[in-house]
Amino acid sequence: MTDPNIDPNAGTDLSADASPDPSADPNPGNDPSTDAGPNADAGPSTDAGPNAGTGSTSGTGSTSRAGSTRSAGPRTLPVPDLSLVVLVGATGSGKSTFAHRHFTATEVLSSDFCRGLVADDVNDQSASRDAFDVLHYIAGKRLAAGRRTVVDATNVQSDSRKQLIQLARQYDVLPVAIVLDVPEEVCAERNAGRADRAGMPRRVIARHQRELRRSLRHLEREGFRKVHILRGVAEVESAGIVTEKRFNDLSHLSGPFDIIGDVHGCAAELESLLGTLGYADGVHPQGRTAVFVGDLVDRGPDTPGVLRRVMDMVASGNALCVPGNHENKLGRHFKGRKVQRTHGLAETIEQLEGESEEFRSRVQEFVDGLVSHYVLDGGKLVVCHAGLPEKYHGRTSGRVRSHALYGDTTGETDEFGLPVRYPWAEEYRGKAAVVYGHTPVPTASWLNNTICLDTGAVFGGKLTALRWPERELVDVPAEKVWYEPVKPLRAEAPGGHEGRPLDLDDVHGRRVVETRTLGRVSVREENAAAALEVMSRFAIDPRLMPYLPPTMAPTPAPTAPRDARGGAAAEHFLEHPADAFAQYASDGVARVVCEEKHMGSRAVVLVCRDAQVARERFGLDGSSSATGALYTRTGRPFFTDAMNDSAAASSPTGEKAPSPTEEIIGRVRAAATEAGLWEELATDWLLLDAELMPWSLKASGLLRTQYAPVGAASKAVFPGVLSALEGAAARGVDVHELLAKQRERASEAAAFTDAYRRYCWTTEGLDGVRLAPFQILAVQGRSLAALPHDAQLALIDKAVENDQSGLLQTTRRLFVDTDDEASVQAGIDWWLEMTGRGGEGMVVKPVEAVVRDSKERLVQPGIKCRGREYLRIIYGPEYTRPDNLARLRGRYLQHKRSLATREYALGLEALDRLAEGEPLWRVHEAVFAVLALESEPVDPRL
Amino acid sequence: MFLTISTTGTPERPATDLGFLLHKHPDKAQAFSTSYGTAHVLYPEATAERCTAALLLEVDPVTLARRAKNKGGKGRSAPPDAALAQYVNDRPYAASSLLAVALSRVFSSALRGQCTARPERAAQPLPLRIEVPALPARGGAALVRELFEPLGWNVTAETAPLDEQFPEWGESRYIKLVLDVPEGQLTLSEALRHLYVLLPVLDDSKHYWVAPDEVDKLLRAGEGWLSTHPAQQLITSRYLARRWSLTREATERLELVRLAEADDTDVEEIDNAVDDGTGDGVDDGDGTGDGGGSEETRTPLAVQRREAILAALGAAGASRVLDLGCGQGQLVQALLKDTRYAEVVGVDVSMRALTIAARRLTLERMGERQAERVTLFQGSLTYTDKRLKGYDAAVLSEVIEHVDVERLPALEYAVFGSAQPRTVLVTTPNVEYNVRWESLPAGQVRHGDHRFEWTREEFRAWAGRAAERHGYGVEFVPVGDDDPEVGPPTQMAVFTRTGNDRTSRTDRTGRTAQTGRTDQTGRSTDDGSEKGVKAA
Repeated sequence: MTDPNIDPNAGTDLSADASPDPSADPNPGNDPSTDAGPNADAGPSTDAGPNAGTGSTSGTGSTSRAGSTRSAGPRTLPVPDLSLVVLVGATGSGKSTFAHRHFTATEVLSSDFCRGLVADDVNDQSASRDAFDVLHYIAGKRLAAGRRTVVDATNVQSDSRKQLIQLARQYDVLPVAIVLDVPEEVCAERNAGRADRAGMPRRVIARHQRELRRSLRHLEREGFRKVHILRGVAEVESAGIVTEKRFNDLSHLSGPFDIIGDVHGCAAELESLLGTLGYADGVHPQGRTAVFVGDLVDRGPDTPGVLRRVMDMVASGNALCVPGNHENKLGRHFKGRKVQRTHGLAETIEQLEGESEEFRSRVQEFVDGLVSHYVLDGGKLVVCHAGLPEKYHGRTSGRVRSHALYGDTTGETDEFGLPVRYPWAEEYRGKAAVVYGHTPVPTASWLNNTICLDTGAVFGGKLTALRWPERELVDVPAEKVWYEPVKPLRAEAPGGHEGRPLDLDDVHGRRVVETRTLGRVSVREENAAAALEVMSRFAIDPRLMPYLPPTMAPTPAPTAPRDARGGAAAEHFLEHPADAFAQYASDGVARVVCEEKHMGSRAVVLVCRDAQVARERFGLDGSSSATGALYTRTGRPFFTDAMNDSAAASSPTGEKAPSPTEEIIGRVRAAATEAGLWEELATDWLLLDAELMPWSLKASGLLRTQYAPVGAASKAVFPGVLSALEGAAARGVDVHELLAKQRERASEAAAFTDAYRRYCWTTEGLDGVRLAPFQILAVQGRSLAALPHDAQLALIDKAVENDQSGLLQTTRRLFVDTDDEASVQAGIDWWLEMTGRGGEGMVVKPVEAVVRDSKERLVQPGIKCRGREYLRIIYGPEYTRPDNLARLRGRYLQHKRSLATREYALGLEALDRLAEGEPLWRVHEAVFAVLALESEPVDPRL
Repeated sequence: MFLTISTTGTPERPATDLGFLLHKHPDKAQAFSTSYGTAHVLYPEATAERCTAALLLEVDPVTLARRAKNKGGKGRSAPPDAALAQYVNDRPYAASSLLAVALSRVFSSALRGQCTARPERAAQPLPLRIEVPALPARGGAALVRELFEPLGWNVTAETAPLDEQFPEWGESRYIKLVLDVPEGQLTLSEALRHLYVLLPVLDDSKHYWVAPDEVDKLLRAGEGWLSTHPAQQLITSRYLARRWSLTREATERLELVRLAEADDTDVEEIDNAVDDGTGDGVDDGDGTGDGGGSEETRTPLAVQRREAILAALGAAGASRVLDLGCGQGQLVQALLKDTRYAEVVGVDVSMRALTIAARRLTLERMGERQAERVTLFQGSLTYTDKRLKGYDAAVLSEVIEHVDVERLPALEYAVFGSAQPRTVLVTTPNVEYNVRWESLPAGQVRHGDHRFEWTREEFRAWAGRAAERHGYGVEFVPVGDDDPEVGPPTQMAVFTRTGNDRTSRTDRTGRTAQTGRTDQTGRSTDDGSEKGVKAA
């Protein structure tokens, strides 16, 4: 092929060098040329298979046809696993038969079928336009989803093929043409044999044949990356299709990997890093694989040394390598293109001059053969030089390669004359971790599951590697500044610590949240809408709300009649500990902890050592004086301090008493300090799950509108009722049964009033307010959700013991072995004693916290077992009547249990994301989902 | 669920005739099944001198809960707070609309004034005493008197405390009611019809579904007394409001009800974006209960505000307009009337507000061309939102004061930094003016949900900072009577984009921080560093 710059098809040829004169470009990183190497993923390949063609330098697609050097016999046509396959042939040439023989039914889209869809007639040519709209639409959906698609239409006109090629480019897949060149007579004969086509004029077939003939030699130039021409009926009949993988698809390799950032000729640092990683002479004793993100060459002191090491490791299967823009430019230099010897290329060329011709040609071959990016480890990892949005992962097109090599720019240049990078990583929502380099940053850090490993080794920074799947960073410092940077290294990776403000797209509408513990958890639109309302209008600042607690399932009803242990007495209970223990025993949980349930309000407490920590760790505004947060299970503040704060802030003295929230946080902080928790947990903040008492503090509205009125009304009505009945009875009217029943109701109503009163007391300021923490959810860099509850409670106890303020309250607990009858009985007795004194009840949890059963299902993280009297508040004064109890025992728990598990998994996910320093929107996504699920239609009494 | 009816008599006209009038024998206890439970009628006393009939309705709360749930599932809305009301409610004890229903069921002939055994007595007024020990009364003892006294009753009404152990919770809404009327004033039929109408009116509960023929029932029961009752309007509207309130598409709020409940909160506390007219705050004549407005007969403040906004939008030459926090859609409606506005988008976080706005605008019946001009969707100003980009103008009318001060930076960024309309109008109460509201207690905000109300200086300071940070110029316009001392009741800021925003480069690339955060953390303070990161 001739110089691609003057090739008329260069603009559309995916691999052609279509860039403007590179010399006009001040930055090599902006040169969008793609390598023309035949091994490149976007490059064409010949029939001989993916590894062939090393000798070829053709820049266009390959054509295979019968009668060339090949001997006759069955043909095998390679077709990439993700491609748009365009069948080309006259009507009657056997395309549909061919398609159905070699592809699955859903892979094939036929124009006839689409005509039928839109016009109820597969031969209605007037419907063609609509039919092709439909076909292109479906093909687009399939390709977007990464599914190979075969277009079964005549496609003998270049216009129709052009649309399909555009479609393939739009979705970054390879267009492949398979031509069925069958004699006109055969076509005519076949059509004649079909009732619906029998009337087709012969001239139509003749025209198709003419157009086909005209098309044949242009197919490659049109942009098809593979062209297979089958001539004659026999060849069509005997041909086979073999699906070949894309070059970038190495998802079957799972490493473990050590991904290494931009080396830029720093051979000594590379050797040192490889040593630190455990490699000896390019081989890792545990069989790990190094992966280089490109930019091995230029600027540094010893590019040949780096190349030698990397090429050897790649050749011996100990490393993989993707190209950087610098390798690409070097490759173009090798091919004799005019490239500016700037940005360190001059040094490379000079260093290579000192090497043998053989070495240089080996380098050229190596550089030519590099594939723009790799999908690794089952699709969980993508490595490329300059980053890649998810829609390009595993795709094959010029722009994919271009993005992988150069990244995306906004089209502007900054004050140093360098192009401004488009921050693709900030918008990244993909599942795969993207590991890349290209843009020097002082320190590698994760952003939206992407990480840049270029830490400027050649500019005197460091050379960084990422261990995968461990996600550990390993680095060695540069020995010196080998090359002066054009501009100083900036302080942050793109997006920085907090990324960007929350966007409605992070939470709105139907969503699926990927969780580590439970996989995909979906949120329905109406639930998200309700959560949005609460989150926007009533919740505290999301930056200070990294977690919301999950709901908890109640004790299940016994599946079989209770044994003697529960006895007849157990029949009076709606919830009984025996059933909770039995449930865990059947889940295979041998040891549980019973924790006293404090009848207060669930509270999450974030406690930072000081305001500085809150600002740094949680991204608060510089003026913020908050040192933490205290919020309810729907993210609302317990105390509305806002007005006070703003009033105080604007007061000239600046002196102000701490708000109630800050006062409580301060007391917890003091206790944590006394207890030495900061040091013990190596953190400067704590996130606590707790219960805040009294209940009346938060629920006073509900008490006044819902609970107390029941008591007040019953108290007012029963004296009259009873005296009326007594009067009637005295007159000899038979009302004894009714009277007895009403007396019972009166006493039940009185019991109800007693029940709620136990959880109410008057508070004055913070006097009378108690906080009972029962779990430390997370600390800096770590989620503690999986820490066993005995260890958790030991930490909590220390804080409670060291509390001087009287705020903190201990949580009483009892450990029970679910398979030990005596232990179980002790648990039941403990509960009976506690609830008998008016206690709310208890929560039973597996000691080991996060537990799965024998079928790998997540076991309920806790089961609540509420006291008989307490439940009056929930189910009404009269629920204890046998007929009511019988009805209530039939309550449906499954949805509640499922909800509890899903919310729990989302909560854990939020904590994990927080621990890993993921940006705010990622944490908030999971937190928001918990809130949304809370609005699912589940019986609120459960 | 309990009341007694007593009368006195003489040997000639024995009190026990009450049994005939009620069609219930004084020596029996009878039970009747009604839709919500069993009604019992019995006589604690029955002598010629004095006879008392007691009506006791045993409400089954579980049935009640299930009934509500089933209704919710079949198109007919469940009570708005069905979830809360399920098992724990006062219905089994309080004399509510359920008791009224039982009354009409058990004493239907007496209610109609029919008595086959003693037809002459049915038409005679008789001395009566009615006791309702637990009458839920919204409006308290005063309203009870206001409703019964004009009808000839002597009223004794005592209010019960919510819980004597917690005096700070105040009084309950239950009245111990005793009604007396001497001989010669009221017939039993009239008395029963008074109760039938006024019990639910006082209860004013929205909890239970009422049959669609309620208007007819009211007319029948109110015959002869309702039309001349001084509180006729209140009685009628409350009685029928029970129906209208149920047409509020209660189901759409159920998700919110559950969230409220998860937090031991009443749903009314959080679903307060749309005012029913029952809320607190000062009525400004817009049905929003928001903002100010005295009883004077001048243009309501809401209307003045709308006029001011329309004038500012007109002056700005806006054509595509966002109404952020559109509420019930009054402004959207006004904008649609003017063809200058090619596109009007109403955004609110409250689904209920949006539903009401859609109904107000009759979106479903609007012609295609009109409908194309208007869009309503849920959004939140504490999140950035791509859909809001590229408009000529955005209006935030009486919105910011409903957002917590801590979250204003997020709102500020979402509007000025992300959506970036050319013109932004923000109105908010001027707290200085509050002293001019006679009905507003000192120090109280105008609406229960206001998180703050600003002085003119505070508002100007905030607006000035926001404008400077995001490249807007800002001017201030008084809305309503501009008092020389305390200023206007409403203050409006008109922001106009100048393009000199400090963060525009940042915004374009989407790399942003919540307002000012970048500066304040000191991570990067110079303008250049906020741009995208460049390659070396």
